[in-house]
Amino acid sequence: MKRFLLPLAIFVVMVGFLAVGLTLDPRKVPSPLVGKSAPDFSLPQLHDQEKVFSSNELRGKVWLLNFWASWCGGCKDEHPVLMQLAQSGEVPIYGMDYKDRREEALTWLRRWGNPYPVIAVDESGRVGINYGVYGVPETYMIDKAGVIRYKQIGPLDEDTVKGKILPLVREFQNK
Amino acid sequence: MRWLLVMILLVPCLAEAKEARPLADNPQAEARLKRLAVELRCLVCQNQTLADSNAPLAEDLRREVRAMIAQDMSDKDIIDFLVARYGDFVLYRPPLKATTALLWLGPFLLLIAGATTLVRALRRRQKKLADVALSEEERHRVAQLLSEGAKHS
Amino acid sequence: MIPEIGHFALILALCVAVVQGSLPIYGAAVGSSTLMSVAKPAARGQFILVLLAFCCLGYAFAAKDFSVLYVAATSNSQLPLHYRLAAIWGAHEGSLLLWTFILTIWMVAVTFFSTHLPEAMRARILGVMGLVSLGFLLFMLTVSNPFERLIPAAVDGRDLNPLLQDPGMVIHPPMLYMGYVGFSVAFAFAIAALLGGTLDAAWARWSRPWTTVAWCFLTVGIALGSGWAYYELGWGGWWFWDPVENASFMPWLAGTALIHSLAVTDKRGGFKVWTVLLAIMAFALSLMGTFLVRSGVLTSVHAFATDPKRGLFILAFLAVVIGGSLILYAWRAPRVGLGGGFALVSREAMLLGNNVLLVAALGAVLLGTLYPLFLDALGLGKISVGPPYFDTVFVPLMTPAVFLMGIGPLAQWKKASLPGLAMRLRWAFAVSVATALALPFVLGKWTPLISLGLLLALWIVTTTAIHLRERLAHDDGSSLWDRLAAVPRSYWGMLLAHCGIALFIVGVTMVKGFEVEKDVRMNVGETATIGGYTFRFDGSQELKGPNYMAARGTFRVSQDGRDVTVMYPEKRLYTVQNQTLTEAAIDSGLLRDLYVSLGEPLEDGAWSVRLYHKPFIDWIWGGCLIMALGGVLAISDRRYRLAWRREEADVPAATQTAGQKIS
Repeated sequence: MKRFLLPLAIFVVMVGFLAVGLTLDPRKVPSPLVGKSAPDFSLPQLHDQEKVFSSNELRGKVWLLNFWASWCGGCKDEHPVLMQLAQSGEVPIYGMDYKDRREEALTWLRRWGNPYPVIAVDESGRVGINYGVYGVPETYMIDKAGVIRYKQIGPLDEDTVKGKILPLVREFQNK
Repeated sequence: MRWLLVMILLVPCLAEAKEARPLADNPQAEARLKRLAVELRCLVCQNQTLADSNAPLAEDLRREVRAMIAQDMSDKDIIDFLVARYGDFVLYRPPLKATTALLWLGPFLLLIAGATTLVRALRRRQKKLADVALSEEERHRVAQLLSEGAKHS
Repeated sequence: MIPEIGHFALILALCVAVVQGSLPIYGAAVGSSTLMSVAKPAARGQFILVLLAFCCLGYAFAAKDFSVLYVAATSNSQLPLHYRLAAIWGAHEGSLLLWTFILTIWMVAVTFFSTHLPEAMRARILGVMGLVSLGFLLFMLTVSNPFERLIPAAVDGRDLNPLLQDPGMVIHPPMLYMGYVGFSVAFAFAIAALLGGTLDAAWARWSRPWTTVAWCFLTVGIALGSGWAYYELGWGGWWFWDPVENASFMPWLAGTALIHSLAVTDKRGGFKVWTVLLAIMAFALSLMGTFLVRSGVLTSVHAFATDPKRGLFILAFLAVVIGGSLILYAWRAPRVGLGGGFALVSREAMLLGNNVLLVAALGAVLLGTLYPLFLDALGLGKISVGPPYFDTVFVPLMTPAVFLMGIGPLAQWKKASLPGLAMRLRWAFAVSVATALALPFVLGKWTPLISLGLLLALWIVTTTAIHLRERLAHDDGSSLWDRLAAVPRSYWGMLLAHCGIALFIVGVTMVKGFEVEKDVRMNVGETATIGGYTFRFDGSQELKGPNYMAARGTFRVSQDGRDVTVMYPEKRLYTVQNQTLTEAAIDSGLLRDLYVSLGEPLEDGAWSVRLYHKPFIDWIWGGCLIMALGGVLAISDRRYRLAWRREEADVPAATQTAGQKIS
C-alpha cells in the first residue's frame, strides 16, 4: 500500500527543492577564497604610474578592495555608496582598476568622484583571476592578517554595507 | 638565357598554392588547451565551455591556461589552480566528494533499485497467480462449461 | 483593436475551459449524458477562440504593431515577414500561446478520433485536458499576457534574437510542443482511467496511438533542435546536455518507456498500474520542462527571459496537477487488478527491463540537471554538471537497453527460453562482435568506445534481420510477397524505429570517434587540408542583408584534384541588437559533413578559419527521423485505421478487447 504513495513523496520533495531554487541565483559563483589569504599583488598605481601599490603594505589594517572599471554599469550604481563609506572613514577602500584604459578611468573618476586613497591598475586582468573575479564590480573585505573575510559579488548597496560589511569590519578591527 | 632559368625555377613556387599556417603558435599545446577547456565552464556565459566562449573573461582564462601549459604544469595542477580561485563551479565534470557521491552513484543505485523492484514484483505476481489453484468442484464446472460451449458452436 | 480582440478571445477561452474542466468530469461521475456531452463543443469552442487569439497576435506581428509590448520586444521593422511570424513564439508569452493553441489542436483531434471510446471516458479525457488548458490560460492572462499594450508605442522593435532568425526557429518549437503537449493526451487517458476505475487492455489500446503520435513529434522536435544548434551556433556541437535540452529529452525517455509499457498492457493486460504512472510521469516531465525553461532556476543558453514570479505560477500549477494526479494514483491504483502472469524470462519481462533502464537513464539525467540546485538549496556549495558527467553515466545505462532491444522482439510472450534465445541469436552476436572489433582498425582508429558503438548498432541490425527472417519463414506454401504483405505495419514500424536507433548510434560513434578539426589562419589563395579534402580560401567580400551586414568568405573545396563544392561562410553583424553571429557553411553528405566557420579577420584580408570534417554526422538526425517514421508506420496499422472508420460504438468497451488478431 505504501509503495503507491512513493511517487507522491518523491514529487513533493522535488517540488520543495524547486521552490527553494526560485529564491536562488544560479549564476552567482561564491568565492572559495573567503577565509583564505588574499593573493599578493604589486601593481602600478593609476594616478602616479611610477609608484607601486602592494597588498602587503596594508598588513595590520582592515580594508576593502574594490574591483571596478570605467566601462562597468554596475560600478556607477554602487559609486555613491562607496563615496559615502569613504567619507565616513570607517574603513579604507582601495580601488583596483580592472581591464581598463588609463585615460577613461581617470575621466570617470573626475566625473563621479574618487573614494579610494590609492588605485592599482590590473590591466591584463591577471590579479583579477587570482582573486576569482568574474565580473565587475566585486568587493573584498580583508582583515589585518591579510585574510579575505567577505566577498561582495555585484554592486554594493546601503543595506549590505550597513548590515554585513560594517559589522564585520568592526569585528575584525577589534581583534 | 639566365632570366629564363630564373623563371623556370620560379614556376613551381607560383603553381603551388600556399598551405595555410595553423592559427596557434604551438598546435600541440593548443590541442591540450582544447582538451582542458572543453571540460571547464565559462563563468560569465549562459552555460558554455571555456573552449567555445568568446567572452573576454574566457579569453583571459584561456590565456592563463596556455601560460600554465607552457610552464609544463600538469593537468591536475592547472585544474587545481582554477578551482582554488573559482570553486568547483568551474568544472563541468563534478569532482567526486562527499557532497557529490549521490550524484555519481545515483544512476547506478537507481538501476539496481529498479531491477530489484522488477524482479520482486514479478516474483510476487507469480506467487499470487500460482496460489489460485482450482478446486475439484471448480474443475468439474469448468469441464461442464467447456463442453456446453462446444455443443453451441 | 485587434490585440484587444485576441485578449478577449483568451478570456472567453478561459471561461470555456472552466466549463470543460468541470461539467463533463462531474457528469461522468454521476452518469449524466447531458453534462458529458458538453465536452465536445467546449473543446472545439476553445480551439476556435485560441486560434482567433493566435491569429490576432500574428496580425500584430505582420502589421508591425509596436504598441503591443510583446511585438516591440521581439520584432523589428526590418525583420522579414516569415521571421516576424515565427517571432510569435520567439519569447515567453507568445510561446505560451503556442503551447495553449497546440493543446486545443490535440483537444479537437480527440473529439474527432474518439468516437469508439465510451462516453464517460471521452468526457473525462476532455475534462482533464480542459483543466490543463485552464491553467495555461490563467497563467497567460495573469502574469504573461502577450497582448499587453505598450503606451506610448515604441518607434521600432528590439528585434528577434539573431540566433533565432533562422528556418530552424520556424519549425523546431511547434514540433517540440506538439510532442510535449501531446503527452497531455496520454496523461488525460491515464487520469480518466483512474477516475473511472476501468483500467484494462482496452484502455491501453486506445491510448497507444495518441502516445505514439506525440512521441513521433517529440522525436522530430528534439532532432530539429539538435540540428539547428549544429549549424547555427558555429562550433559544430549538436548536444550539450544543457538543462533545456535535458528538459526535452526526459519526457522523450519517459515517452519511449511508455510506448513499450503500453504494448505490454495492450497485449497481455499486464502492469497497468505502472503504465498509468509512466503516463503521469511523462506529462509531469513536460510540465517540469516548461518550468525549468522559464523560471530562471537553471542557467542555459536556451532559457527564456526569466522571472521568478512566472516560475512560481508554473511550479504551483505543476504541484496541483501532478500532485493531484499522484494522490488519485495512490488512492485508486491499489484496487486495479493484476493482469496476466508471465515468467522472469519472457517478452513482457524484457519490455519491463527496457522500462527500468529507460527510467534509470531518465533519473540520471534528472539527477544531473537538478543536482546543482539541490546542493545550492542545501547550502552545500555550487557545482556544475556538464557533458563529462552525462556522457559517463548515460552510455552504461543505455548499453544494456540496446542489448535488450535485440533480444526482446525474439522472446516469446509469457515464457521464453533463455537457451533457445541464445541459440537463435548466436550468429548475430558473433558477427556483431567480430565486425565491431575489426572495423575500427580498417577505418583507421581503434578505441573501446568506437567498438562498443559499432557493436550496439550492428547488434540491432543483425537481430532485426534474424527476427524478420524468422517471421517470414513459414512452410504453408505462400509466396514471399504474400508473407511480406501479411506482416502488419506496426511490425514494420517497430523494425524501422529500432533501425533508426542503430543509425543514430552509428552517427554518434563515427562523429565522436573520427571527427577532425583544424584551426588555421588563411590568407587569400592559401589552402588547408582536412579529412582528404582541400579547402582553398578565395577571399571575402562585404554584403548587406535585410537586417544585417556581413562578411562572406569563399572556399573552394576539392578532393584528389576534383572540385567538390564551393562554400560561403559568413560573419554577420545584426544592426539592431548589435550582435555578431557566425553563419557556418556546411556541405552535407551521406557519409560526411564539411563545416567551415569564419573566426576573426586578420591583416591583409586574411581570416582565422575553423574547418571540420565530421563523418556520418547526418546519420544522427537521419536516425531520429527514421525512428519517428517507424512510429508513424506503427500508427497507420490496420487496426487503428479500422477503429477510426467505425461509427459510434454500439458495443460496450469490455467486449471490444476480445478477438482482434494481433501480431
